[in-house]
Amino acid sequence: MDFRLTPEQEALKSAFEEFFKEEEKRAPEGWSGGMFSIFESEENWAYHRSVAEKLAKKGWLCLPWPKKYGGQEHSYIEQLIFNEVRAYYRVPGVDMWGSQIVAPSILECASEELKQEWLPRIARAEINWCQGWSEPNAGSDLASLTTRAVEDGDDFVINGQKIWTTGAHRADHIFFLARTDPTVPKHKGITYFVSEIREGITIRPLLFMHSKHEYNEVFFDDFRISKKNVVGQVNQGWYVTMAGINFERSMIGSVAEVKRDLEEFIEFCKETKRNGQPLAKDPLTRHKLAEFALELEVARQWAYYVAWLQSKGNLVPAESSAAKYFSSELTVRFANTMVEIMGLYGTLKAGSKWAKFHGKYEDMCQASLGTTIAGGTTETMKNIIAWMGLKLPR
Amino acid sequence: MNLDFTEEQEALKKTARDFMTKTWSSALVRELEEHPTGLKEDIWRQIAELGWLAVAIPEEYDGVGGRFMDLIVLFEEMGRACFIAPFFSTVICTLAIVAAGSEEQKKEILPRVANGEMVLSLALAEPSARYDAAGIATRAAANKDEYVINGTKLFIHDAQVAHCFLCVARTRTEGPPEDGITLFLVDAKSPGVKITPLHTIADDKQNEVIFENVKVAKGQVLGPIEKGFPVIEMLLEQAAIAKCAEMVGGADWVIENCTSYAKERAQYGKPIGSYGIIQHYLAEMWTEIGIAKRFTYYAAWLLDQGIPCRKEVAMAKAWASEVYKRWTRMGVQVFGGIGTTREHDMGLYYRRARQAALLFGDPDSLREKIAQEIIL
Repeated sequence: MDFRLTPEQEALKSAFEEFFKEEEKRAPEGWSGGMFSIFESEENWAYHRSVAEKLAKKGWLCLPWPKKYGGQEHSYIEQLIFNEVRAYYRVPGVDMWGSQIVAPSILECASEELKQEWLPRIARAEINWCQGWSEPNAGSDLASLTTRAVEDGDDFVINGQKIWTTGAHRADHIFFLARTDPTVPKHKGITYFVSEIREGITIRPLLFMHSKHEYNEVFFDDFRISKKNVVGQVNQGWYVTMAGINFERSMIGSVAEVKRDLEEFIEFCKETKRNGQPLAKDPLTRHKLAEFALELEVARQWAYYVAWLQSKGNLVPAESSAAKYFSSELTVRFANTMVEIMGLYGTLKAGSKWAKFHGKYEDMCQASLGTTIAGGTTETMKNIIAWMGLKLPR
Repeated sequence: MNLDFTEEQEALKKTARDFMTKTWSSALVRELEEHPTGLKEDIWRQIAELGWLAVAIPEEYDGVGGRFMDLIVLFEEMGRACFIAPFFSTVICTLAIVAAGSEEQKKEILPRVANGEMVLSLALAEPSARYDAAGIATRAAANKDEYVINGTKLFIHDAQVAHCFLCVARTRTEGPPEDGITLFLVDAKSPGVKITPLHTIADDKQNEVIFENVKVAKGQVLGPIEKGFPVIEMLLEQAAIAKCAEMVGGADWVIENCTSYAKERAQYGKPIGSYGIIQHYLAEMWTEIGIAKRFTYYAAWLLDQGIPCRKEVAMAKAWASEVYKRWTRMGVQVFGGIGTTREHDMGLYYRRARQAALLFGDPDSLREKIAQEIIL
């Protein structure tokens, strides 16, 4: 075994570090990272967009793509390094729905015409995507979705409702699933569409419990879309969706983010006195901090292992599901424990002179709840491990 | 990056798996647990012939010149099979002799270890029950050409069959605790050595070893006088990771056997493995054991490369210990009543997890060690 990166990978890592270290300095006041905070204010969104444009110029938004669509044909290891460094410095700039979710499906399943139409624009960060998958009655059981697409000449006419559409209020494009054939088994009558957001689509905010505007409801009312905007074949949308899971799935980003948080929290514990001695000397606090350092480090090695398996061409459904539930559950536990360690200061919101870390952990112990649900609940992840990894009967 | 074993390591793994399947058995585990020495001569001879005792020994001393990572492969398979023999004790002491022994000591001892003639035992822990220098109270006093050792060693594995002890003693009492520690190679037949067996949860052949005016020639000092503790620190890291390998090997048995049982065992007309609650236990078990295994390899690689890894070793040992304890406990639950019986193998793993968690650093003291690294 050899856990070292190649000299080329080390060089790339240094380039990423240099870039993101600089970009972090440009963060707006109160910025504390977090995947969805880009949607919360004009300043945050402007910061995200300015970094996105720089990343596009460097060709870093599409590291693993084929060269003919603007990519660099890097392996999952290089993508992992990028994701780790970016998350550690808490810099936005990546439209995860664009480069991680819709792009792999387009690469895998779309016609050459669609590839030429969409991929270069994603690589150049020209468009901002949101995802129209979940519905009020189709969550973990996504394939039971009921939004209808009815054929009409060269078009489809869409009617129905989507929910949990993060960032729809900032996006200009949407990819979505709709039922084109209700007479066949549920997985076989779904079609995958890509579209700009225009008349016929209504977006309604759905505030998170901490009052921030991240996700939305999206309504389609007689929304007309050309057949050209179908990715893959009609009624094959479920398989197009599954083909799109072929992106770097190690969850290194959430590990790196929390690792940085922990490092800063340790400094805070050294400077903060409780009962006359620094918090960092309190055995119970030390024990808790050590536990998170440990779990983050083992999760980090697991992420490298997942990326390594992917780089060898493995699909890793169980391994990536393990990474997903483990790291997201860790994040929720981390946020809650940091609030506990801070005591009454822990629940103060940003804005008070008494709040620590700009109220980061008050926010995070709510915001992090989304991570154990979005992209597959913890329970769904465990089901996948049981069914696909351990081959237990369904 | 390459996270696969080498072809040679894969071959070694296969040999070990075959040996454990064909020659070893859980019936033998039960027999040796109740056996006074725990050593089966024919098994010991066979593993010597397979070259396993020679893996850590350089070629010039009749060894194989293998790497620490090769040993990890063996420890993992031994943990999986609950293998009982003084292998762990002997190999760990061998690593110290290779690292710190004089040419003469190496020539005298290593070829005899390699061919299975000589069993070694680490006489480190004491009634203080801790693994740091401050825990060492056993005294060795210089007297002309020899040292005289007095003290009680406790929790000493395989003393009952050892030919030679690697005894850790204090030759100077003033100054910081890690100064003044000297290592000795002590013939187990020396007058004044008194061995009394201890019976533990894992029936793993621990002993009390009393050294009462035991005379040792000065030539039997291993490594630098009064500066022996760094050798022990290195040894403790290697032993901790070797123990992790045993634990993840055992944990592999647990996940495999619980999973196949859950597919076969039917209640209410369905396999219990089709119920969500059992599926989620097993999914978590698979995840945490997999994570422990990959981190063990990572820490073993750091050690193998000589990269400082005090923090990572502590993390690996704490995590593997917790995971092994947690999932042997839940493993019993998956098997239900039968899992609680002496005749079922699950209990062998449950008992070993409770023992292994405490050896070479327990999870709580390791977390303090991690805290020292990340906070100071």
